[in-house]
Amino acid sequence: MVPDHTIMSEDEVRTLLAHYNITTEQLPKIFHDDPAVKAINAKVDDVIRVVRISHTAGRAESYRLVIRRPKK
Amino acid sequence: MPSPKRIGKIEFGLLSPKEIREMSVRKIIWADTYDDDGFPYPQGLMDLNLGVIDPGLRCKTCDQKASECPGHFGHIELAKPVIHVGYTRLIRKLLRVSCRACGRLLLSLDELEKVFGTEDDLTGDQVSEKDIKKERICPHCGEQQLKINFEKPTTFSEVLVEEGKKVEHKLTPADIRARLEKIPDEDLVPLGINPKVARPEWTVLTVLPVPPVTMRPSIILENGQRSEDDLTHKLVDIIRINQRFKENQDAGAPQLIIEDLWELLQYHVTTYLDNEVAGCPPARHRSGRPLKTLSQRLKGKDGRFRGSLSGKRVNFSARTVISPDPNISVTEVGVPRAIANEMTIPVHVTPYNIDELKQMARNGPSRQTVNAPCGANYVIRPDNRRLRLADGNLDTVTDMIEPGWTVERQLRDGDVVLFNRQPSLHRMSIMAHRVKVVEGRTFRLNPAVCPPYNADFDGDEMNLHIPQTEEARAEAYILISVEENILSPRFGGPIIGGIHDHVSGIFMLTHGMRYFTKEEMLYLLRFTKIEHLPQKVKEENGVELWSNKQVFSQILPSELNMVFHASSCQNCETCKKELCERDAYVRIFDGKLESGTIDKKAIGAFDGQIVNRIIRQYGMRRAAEFIDDLTKLSIRAIMLDGFSFGIDDEDLSKTEYGQIEDVLKNATLDVERRIKIYEDGQLEPMPGRTVEETLEMQIMQVLGKARDLTGQIAGRHLGLTNSAVVMAVSGARGSMLNLTQMAGCIGQQSVRGERIVRGYDDRTLPHFRKGDRGSDAHGFIKHSYKGGLNPTEFFFHAIGGREGLVDTAVRTSQSGYLQRRMINALQDLKVAYDGTVRTTGGRIIQFQYGEDGTDPTKSAFGDPVDVKGIVESILKEEV
Repeated sequence: MVPDHTIMSEDEVRTLLAHYNITTEQLPKIFHDDPAVKAINAKVDDVIRVVRISHTAGRAESYRLVIRRPKK
Repeated sequence: MPSPKRIGKIEFGLLSPKEIREMSVRKIIWADTYDDDGFPYPQGLMDLNLGVIDPGLRCKTCDQKASECPGHFGHIELAKPVIHVGYTRLIRKLLRVSCRACGRLLLSLDELEKVFGTEDDLTGDQVSEKDIKKERICPHCGEQQLKINFEKPTTFSEVLVEEGKKVEHKLTPADIRARLEKIPDEDLVPLGINPKVARPEWTVLTVLPVPPVTMRPSIILENGQRSEDDLTHKLVDIIRINQRFKENQDAGAPQLIIEDLWELLQYHVTTYLDNEVAGCPPARHRSGRPLKTLSQRLKGKDGRFRGSLSGKRVNFSARTVISPDPNISVTEVGVPRAIANEMTIPVHVTPYNIDELKQMARNGPSRQTVNAPCGANYVIRPDNRRLRLADGNLDTVTDMIEPGWTVERQLRDGDVVLFNRQPSLHRMSIMAHRVKVVEGRTFRLNPAVCPPYNADFDGDEMNLHIPQTEEARAEAYILISVEENILSPRFGGPIIGGIHDHVSGIFMLTHGMRYFTKEEMLYLLRFTKIEHLPQKVKEENGVELWSNKQVFSQILPSELNMVFHASSCQNCETCKKELCERDAYVRIFDGKLESGTIDKKAIGAFDGQIVNRIIRQYGMRRAAEFIDDLTKLSIRAIMLDGFSFGIDDEDLSKTEYGQIEDVLKNATLDVERRIKIYEDGQLEPMPGRTVEETLEMQIMQVLGKARDLTGQIAGRHLGLTNSAVVMAVSGARGSMLNLTQMAGCIGQQSVRGERIVRGYDDRTLPHFRKGDRGSDAHGFIKHSYKGGLNPTEFFFHAIGGREGLVDTAVRTSQSGYLQRRMINALQDLKVAYDGTVRTTGGRIIQFQYGEDGTDPTKSAFGDPVDVKGIVESILKEEV
């Protein structure tokens, strides 16, 4: 049920950011206390690759930056 | 691409008295506005330092003219402080959480840490009133606290206990201000207040800003009298009372009078800020109308936000009732002559068009017939002066026109205009049409474009907008013309196509085999662009005959090849193909209809397989032409035979009525038998259900089957000669269920999917015995709409009908709100050149649009390429 989450290496992140010509700020975010993040032991500022099964594309990759959940 | 500037933070704070005085250009002390000569009093409410509204005068502050001066604030020094109504809640909270003696927060350090957290580890919570126990002792100075009462709108009081009796002691705004002043800065942070921008004592006003005259202009009535703005009236009141207050204070008036005046000043300042405060009578105009003060200017539908900023009125638009005209193209819109004469398009005069434009100017503003050449309403000189064209000056003005001038010509056939119907829920709610000037007073549109607008002709009104520049017209035509919007991005299929009579008509034309004489052929194809009749198929008694399928083939593009099943297809196990007795196997070979019936599946809006294929193979423009031909042909086809419907069409013969009665009688008996089994305790419950539930399900099933059976009996009698059947089979309107209910039996009425059980004790109505579980007693209607219902049935029908109405009402309001929120959240997203979906700030939402980067209108129902369709159209046979 839960799509595959993996932590990306620094090299991978660098090529990703270069490919889309963005900074980490422009990536979609995920909170550090998200169950999927805790399961793979990712830390704040890590970038996570999410691979989903997609209706339209079959397999779809997406990337998320781990951030600290802000206080209310 | 990041935007050039990023918003770091937004600060919300209060205006301090110091800031108010600093931004003020003038202290206002006089309540009067203008003197007898109509000149503003110095230091009055219309002081020339506050900006100017009369043309000709100059602002004393910035020395600019009325149109350029933005206006400047002044200020009023209040005799005594008054509370700002907008902050009464905050004041109440602050009074309750702070000490009445030392002003500190009524929490010890430990308690504070528990709620607010330490400096490094904040809990994210703020201190609220609930965190502080009432009437406790201050942990910092040991003072006994008192209960604070708040009475709307602006009265605060302390409750003292004297000799066992409670005594209320009123706090004056000055007292409150003194207490707020005592709260130290560092105690404000846990309360969520930034003391640098919002000291709490600033919520009690000591000085009042006077807004510039530009935001409260006075208007001059026809009789030459000045009429002041509501805000000015209110400010006059405030200054008057303030002045009197000061005089009384200086004269050492008794405390009672001072208090009365203080309260009056508080009332005026309160209503000046908000005239709809609870517990405060609204200030009224002399005529009795409540004044529109500051808060009323911002609030509500016609307020500044919803009325002036989010929504605005536009020029160059028209609105009227719509009505249908199947003879105009789907790309056209019929515009009444009166509207076409009023609305204009500016055209620059060049050496190339000067003769044409001069002729238009000479034609003048009143066009008498729809076919007359269009005229012009205004000409604009190079110095931007407008000259109105009127019957008297046509020739004189026309002779002055030279290159460099602009002529505002009237609308004429072929102009590109935007057409819109609210609610504008999707992009097809606004499309560009070509103008066709018509007589009458309504907009005309081809009924085939009703689905994208969701329009009908029961009194709907639509809006028309005229693009004023060449660029706007080109953009409208290229991007949002009707032709470009036949495909809906919602499901990738055509949203424009035949509706209602188009479907019935084309069904009656193409169903089975029929032959037409030459006259009939010409009648049918008169309005299409056919130049030659096809080869006749046969000749009988010397009369040349053509087949009905040939007629339809005339409007198809040649070389079109496709195979599909019509909506009348029953999905038989083995398809009989061309020999189908329902003629539901549609086969088009080289642009000729070989077999099958054309119906909703082929040409209908939302389905339209043929329309879809023509778009893919020949493009949008050819598809629009096809739809034009189709609407004209189908309307002629339906007129050839005639088509009508009445309730008498659902009459059955005696035999059928007998059969239906038998079926229903058997069903009733079956239900009674099952109830008997249940009452004897013999009923076996189904897995996971109680005996009662099992019985209910069985009864529902039996009665449902009985209704379907009556439908089948009725259907056997009513063939394709019946108009209701034609409409149901072709998919034009209605279903076989509607027919069953008209001719056979209406069936079980239900509430929340169950038989009707509500009502009196153990029964639905007093007409039945208590505990009766029979079909009649729980809302089974055995009569038809044609036959008529008995009183209990009628009542049950109303119960079931009400549920449907409530459901639709709830659904539309909920889904409408959900859609509004989605649109607000997603409205500025766009697909970037690298295929990503981004916000305006460059943040990525999707790494690939729709995860596959495919435009739904360019794909084939989810697949990037329609392989089957392409192979079929090349091989010219089904695969």
